[in-house]
Amino acid sequence: MMRAGFADPVLDAQACFRAVLEAMARPGRVHRVAAPPEPPAPLAAAAAAVLLTLADADTPAWLDAGAGAEAWLRFHAGCPLAASPAQAGFVLACGAPPRLAALAQGTEEEPHRSATLILQVKALEPGAGWRLTGPGIEREHRLLVEGMPPDFPAQWAANRAGFPCGVDVILCAGDRLAALPRTTALEIG
Amino acid sequence: MMAPGAENRSREAAVETVTGYNFGYLDENTKRMIRRALLKAVAIPGHQVPFGSREMPLPYGWGTGGIQVTASIIGPGDRLKVIDQGADDTTNAVSIRRFFARVAGVGTTERTADATIVQTRHRIPETPLREGQVLVYQVPMPEPLFRLEPRVAETKRLHALADYSLMHVKLYEDIARTGHIATSYNYPVMVNGRYLMSPSPIPAFDNPKMHRMAALQLFGAGREKRIYAVPPYTEVRSLDFEDHPFVPIRADAACELCGSRESYLDEVVTDDRGGRMFVCSDTDYCTTRQGTQGSAREAAE
Amino acid sequence: MYVAVKGGERAIEAAHAWLAEARRGDPALPELSVAQVEEQLGLAVDRVMAEGACHDRGLAALAIKQARGDLIEAAFLLRAYRTTLPRFGASLPLETGAMRIRRRISATYKDLPGGQVLGPTFDYTHRLLDFALAAEGEAPAPAPEAPAEAATMPRVTGILAQEGLMQPEPPGDAEPPDLTRQPLSFPADRPLRLQALARGDEGFLLALGYSTQRGYGNAHPFVGEIRMGEVAVEIVPPELGFPIAIGEITVTECQMVNQFAGSKTEPAQFTRGYGLVFGHGERKAMAMALVDRSLRARELGEEAEAPAQSEEFVLYHCDNVEATGFVEHLKLPHYVDFQSELEKIRQLRATALREAAE
Repeated sequence: MMRAGFADPVLDAQACFRAVLEAMARPGRVHRVAAPPEPPAPLAAAAAAVLLTLADADTPAWLDAGAGAEAWLRFHAGCPLAASPAQAGFVLACGAPPRLAALAQGTEEEPHRSATLILQVKALEPGAGWRLTGPGIEREHRLLVEGMPPDFPAQWAANRAGFPCGVDVILCAGDRLAALPRTTALEIG
Repeated sequence: MMAPGAENRSREAAVETVTGYNFGYLDENTKRMIRRALLKAVAIPGHQVPFGSREMPLPYGWGTGGIQVTASIIGPGDRLKVIDQGADDTTNAVSIRRFFARVAGVGTTERTADATIVQTRHRIPETPLREGQVLVYQVPMPEPLFRLEPRVAETKRLHALADYSLMHVKLYEDIARTGHIATSYNYPVMVNGRYLMSPSPIPAFDNPKMHRMAALQLFGAGREKRIYAVPPYTEVRSLDFEDHPFVPIRADAACELCGSRESYLDEVVTDDRGGRMFVCSDTDYCTTRQGTQGSAREAAE
Repeated sequence: MYVAVKGGERAIEAAHAWLAEARRGDPALPELSVAQVEEQLGLAVDRVMAEGACHDRGLAALAIKQARGDLIEAAFLLRAYRTTLPRFGASLPLETGAMRIRRRISATYKDLPGGQVLGPTFDYTHRLLDFALAAEGEAPAPAPEAPAEAATMPRVTGILAQEGLMQPEPPGDAEPPDLTRQPLSFPADRPLRLQALARGDEGFLLALGYSTQRGYGNAHPFVGEIRMGEVAVEIVPPELGFPIAIGEITVTECQMVNQFAGSKTEPAQFTRGYGLVFGHGERKAMAMALVDRSLRARELGEEAEAPAQSEEFVLYHCDNVEATGFVEHLKLPHYVDFQSELEKIRQLRATALREAAE
């Protein structure tokens, strides 16, 4: 049996979008998805909610979460599956993520045509860990992320150096999420 | 004289919600498309993101961009304030506020401090906005260079190259000819040191409020089909020169109603013999100040 | 008094009530029915469907009635309604070669297979006001009917193509872009341009097409063929996998034949300007065909200096719903901007006067 999507597709998507918008506008702040769907494992609530909120027939998605998750996403969001991460508008990684440089970067004229990476991690805790600065942050935000590839900070520095091109990342753990737009500077805390 | 807007501050609660349309009027596909554009706009501060703007039941040029942005973010828990020229009770602001009361059933307010979303045309409220608030601008011409270069394909290239010499030369020529920069509204700004951006036709007086604002600023241009954004606490600099720094100007007068010497003023012609008076353009700011002054007077008596 | 210029809610309600009254006109006269508009103002209905980008005669007629005969306002009403409709799918390309023809003329051949069919045209009417129509008119006598034409009506451009004189249009399998879902981007390919022109304002395209005939764009057009009639609309339901007809619509198609001098790689031949609109919209179809051809200047290696040859200029300005909104928004209050201009002009004048005095 297909597991459920949003209980209220209109209002739950709205609430989730506001959380993602706030997260993208204030990088490193952690938000909770109020009305999570019930995705098949290994997909967790927040990553699944973000995909249901943003992906549809116009956005090819690539995911590493297996056939069950793919079928669930196709059923609820109707998005086509991309053949490779480079061709996807949304890339969901539950395991080791593809390299940021391997994803769509946008162009100097159209930097918005870049991929959004939804990265499912073990845990997200505010107040410790990375020191984040940049647009959206008054002084500094701290964010502790468990389960990231060790070279992520180096990849992120290269991603940020490519501005205005570059990938934006939404970090998800359980029903929590935080975001790293390409403008955010990241120092290991 | 009656304070503007005082009588109808709570009049609009009874607008009936329409049936037969989706929450917020737009269908879910359209909202998702706009939401994706908004997220990219926030991630690239000041960059104009093209979007598949829809025909709205209000004319292009009357706020369709702002309405589509508001419709894509608004939820049942929001409180919406709509202003035009700083006032809540101008006809187009009334019309847009009623639209959302009907299609989203949301609460509306005229108090800046109580609003979670403020949709505006031509002003930024005087009351500083805080975290948790979103300011949605209605934008007629999103391209800051359009008077200097009308070809959209060409301005896209100039933004890619961060080549803003056309604008610098224009401002410099103003100074050479008149001693001042001749632009008084829609005064161009640099966002986060990278993108030249139109602040929409707000008076240049309001430009400094955009700099490191605590609230999220979203811009919607419906007819031109572009969305852009300024995240909170982001650097927004009005273009100027070292020897000609940017100076916001306002009428050198005090508000006739609340006495403010800080707020932006409307000049009202009172007769045909040159009579003038000045009043706050921001009706909520003015009314709130008058209320405080009234209660202070009562307390003293 | 200051308060008088504000406080709009009651004013808006009163204005709406007045508008409804003005729309109805003298209540002593019988009310115009939507069916009457549909039947007796058919060309207005056609224009509103074309510019409203929505084929529904009844709704277009309602929009005309509601808009008090303002056709741009009516097109806007129809567009705003259209945008709320769900999409079930896309039709197959219309086969205008298989049209059930009511009118078909060619200016390039005296006679041709299938013949010239004048159809219901104003062309050879003398433009004298018919005062008999002002009286309570009786229904006109039925028009004489010609025997059904058995011959097929091949396209003029096809006849030229047999001789290799007509530039072929490369068949495209690519999904055409959808102007209603993605914003214009440039360079715009021909399917996108034609889509924008088909929704474009008749008056604007007419003036632009006219300008190409007067030397702003070097056009040498001949009307290869204009045909108007009914064509079937077909879709392929995914569950069936083969096309089924879902109905018939009236369209007008114009194919303009233009000389092309040739280039180093291509021999001289004729090139096509194409126009297609909902309903009987001959003026629009012809203007569209002229502008389509002039917008091909760059891809054909011709000079492209005239307004009608500028993609951005034509496509950004041909939409009357966008144009009317932005022109008319100037009547919204702008007093905040104007105030900043007042202060700035006073400042500039003070500086100039001070400098003059020194």
